[in-house]
Amino acid sequence: MRAFEDFKVGDIMELAPLAVTAADIKSFAVRFDPQPMHLDEAASQSTIVDGLFASGLHIVCMHMRLFADGILRDSTSMGSPGVEEIRYLAPVRPGDSLTLRVEIAGVRPSKSRPEMGLVNFRSHMVNADNKPVLEIAATLMFGRRRTAGGGRGGAG
Amino acid sequence: MTYFEDVRVGTRTEVGSHTFTADEIKAFAREFDPQPFHLDEEAAARSHFGALCASGWHTAAVCLRHVVLARQRQQAELRRRGEPVARTGPSPGLRDLKWPKPVYVGDTIAFAQEIVELRPVASRPDVGLRIVRHTGANQRGELVYSVLSSTFIERRVRHPDGAQG
Repeated sequence: MRAFEDFKVGDIMELAPLAVTAADIKSFAVRFDPQPMHLDEAASQSTIVDGLFASGLHIVCMHMRLFADGILRDSTSMGSPGVEEIRYLAPVRPGDSLTLRVEIAGVRPSKSRPEMGLVNFRSHMVNADNKPVLEIAATLMFGRRRTAGGGRGGAG
Repeated sequence: MTYFEDVRVGTRTEVGSHTFTADEIKAFAREFDPQPFHLDEEAAARSHFGALCASGWHTAAVCLRHVVLARQRQQAELRRRGEPVARTGPSPGLRDLKWPKPVYVGDTIAFAQEIVELRPVASRPDVGLRIVRHTGANQRGELVYSVLSSTFIERRVRHPDGAQG
């Protein structure tokens, strides 16, 4: 099981590409971001960016799925207190294939909770042309394999 | 949507509320955030959360839905009155996103937005940047979600050299 101690600053992970379809874009939009440019190819022609493109938060959620499958599965993940920054760099369109590159930017044990540590991630999602579409800097909490005091197992 | 010149820092709007069910928490998690404490009651009970709770991105997505629907209601009202509707551009991003407390099954989250900053855009005389804080609070009034969201919004008057107004 991957625990806090397994994350090393500077490590880079590249996570399997995810294909985006028009149906995916519309399915997210109808539930969470019902704006014409995310719902309908015809209606989207009249907005500032031409053509159907994914909701920014949909890109973030796709990033989360890749991150969960590639990094959090079988880990001591304890969730996240927050995200420092999310930048939408280019539209994501039907047919795009997205690859996530994740770099470990920082690690520190929690001062108040000895059973866990915090890991800072800097992630970039790029499309098939290697053009960045999303940049995200987030912090996640992980259970520690062994606490400094008593050798307890980590949470999760 | 009113134009850049019409909005004021400090304006706060309640945009709607939502009660999170176990079924929708698990469905969202299966699709976007498959971690045990979002997928399974028993695994969640064993985790530090103590009970099934929503993915933070699920809370963010439901908040976005209410923000968009509130804006569309406002636009419909402007059209009904025959007033022009300002265009809003794509969002350059989000920052300072926080999930101070989990959202558990049965929690009712009230979402609100408050305008925190209005900034001209030097390279784009036709638009300004509007920075809004979106928040969600549970039925006990505890903050569960907070984020700063930036959006380009059309200006009523073009400012080719920044000379006017």
